[in-house]
Amino acid sequence: MNKTRDITVTVNGDAREAAVEPRLLLADFLRQSLGLTGTHVGCEHGVCGACTVLVDGDSVRSCLMFAVQADGRKVETVESLGRIGQMNALQRSFHEHHALQCGFCTPGMLITATDLIKKYSLATDDDIREGLSGNLCRCTGYEHIVKAIRAVVDGKAGDTR
Amino acid sequence: MKPASFDYIVAESIEMAVASLAEAGPDAKIIAGGQSLVPMLNFRLLRPSLLVDINRIPGLASIEETETGIRVGALTRHHQLEMSPIIGRHLPVLSCAMTHVAHLAIRNRGTIGGSLSHADPAAELPMMALLLDAALHIASASGKRTVAARDFFLDALTVDLAAGDMVTEIMLPKLPPRTGWGFEEVARRHGDFALAAVAATLTASGGVIAQARIALTGVGPTALRALAAEALLVGQSLEPKLTSHAVEAVRAAIAPDTDLHASADYRRHLAGALTRRALVAAWRRANESAA
Repeated sequence: MNKTRDITVTVNGDAREAAVEPRLLLADFLRQSLGLTGTHVGCEHGVCGACTVLVDGDSVRSCLMFAVQADGRKVETVESLGRIGQMNALQRSFHEHHALQCGFCTPGMLITATDLIKKYSLATDDDIREGLSGNLCRCTGYEHIVKAIRAVVDGKAGDTR
Repeated sequence: MKPASFDYIVAESIEMAVASLAEAGPDAKIIAGGQSLVPMLNFRLLRPSLLVDINRIPGLASIEETETGIRVGALTRHHQLEMSPIIGRHLPVLSCAMTHVAHLAIRNRGTIGGSLSHADPAAELPMMALLLDAALHIASASGKRTVAARDFFLDALTVDLAAGDMVTEIMLPKLPPRTGWGFEEVARRHGDFALAAVAATLTASGGVIAQARIALTGVGPTALRALAAEALLVGQSLEPKLTSHAVEAVRAAIAPDTDLHASADYRRHLAGALTRRALVAAWRRANESAA
């Protein structure tokens, strides 16, 4: 056991202070220290994409970053996107297009799609598929996920409250 | 899968990073983007005593144009390079190559210095460093040195870096006028490591090829330049027969392995087919830019 470091991370808008061992992964910090279990841990070596979160606005694998590295940074998890009854446009589009079955990959899909929509024009469905190639889904065959993202990119995702 | 315990230092400067490495000895490791390192830590394939975090060193993630080239700080993220207008203007072949590097979440975090230091045999950046005749600036507690990319990659995951060394900057010379480019990659899934990839530049002068460069990755222990094929092209116009000769020279110059993902024969076949496409695209662009 190595000595702990004091960190302050802004998670979903709230400053969270903690003393962490340097080897604590950001994913485990979010889930176990803060109880934010929306971030899912699949492979723990950067392959499946389920643990993707935003750090200072950029999507990153939270299993490939240490909590201590997030000191002073802004982290946004799937919990920041919306709540039941108050989902954002992307979440509503996933709902409307049946873009999830078991839901395990969904937090990573939503965060990845959030960053893709911000950074790329996603002119074709192939662009969306390439953008999602780092996120594994074992239920949907991706068809409905692509459709849900397409609808948001085209501004046609359901109710635009 | 959790890393073994390690000590951790945030370096505030290059000097502090290399001093920490020198003091800690060979069990210390630099962590930059961590996109190759952290999986190895999670599997406990590596158990460093100390991680020296260089992510907060100011000014290490810049892309600057100089008179003769482009200076890329070692901490520049893949996505930064992919979107850089300076790279887009002067080295469009590199902008294209970067879109093939892993996935957005990896490109947001992974660094140029890290990828070159790691030197995966199927990664794009070592190939691009060879293609573009890059030079790497390396610092250690005992001083600074510069190594040409052609001397840097020694074997799979093995480069000319001693314990205590840190890549600080990559210098990319600009391409001559009337240079066209081609980039071709085949991977099982977009963003996966290449089964084979080829990058080429051709410089046109008076209707013939004044300079040819061909680099490959995924077809041997390190990325490589196809020097014999390049020599065949110089002074000629890119006719189909000449292209075929270059393709054969590329196939003869490589010794790919068979693994889970592809057979050696298939990789050799791919290397040739992708070379043909890359050369045709490069010659078309070279002549467009001359028009």
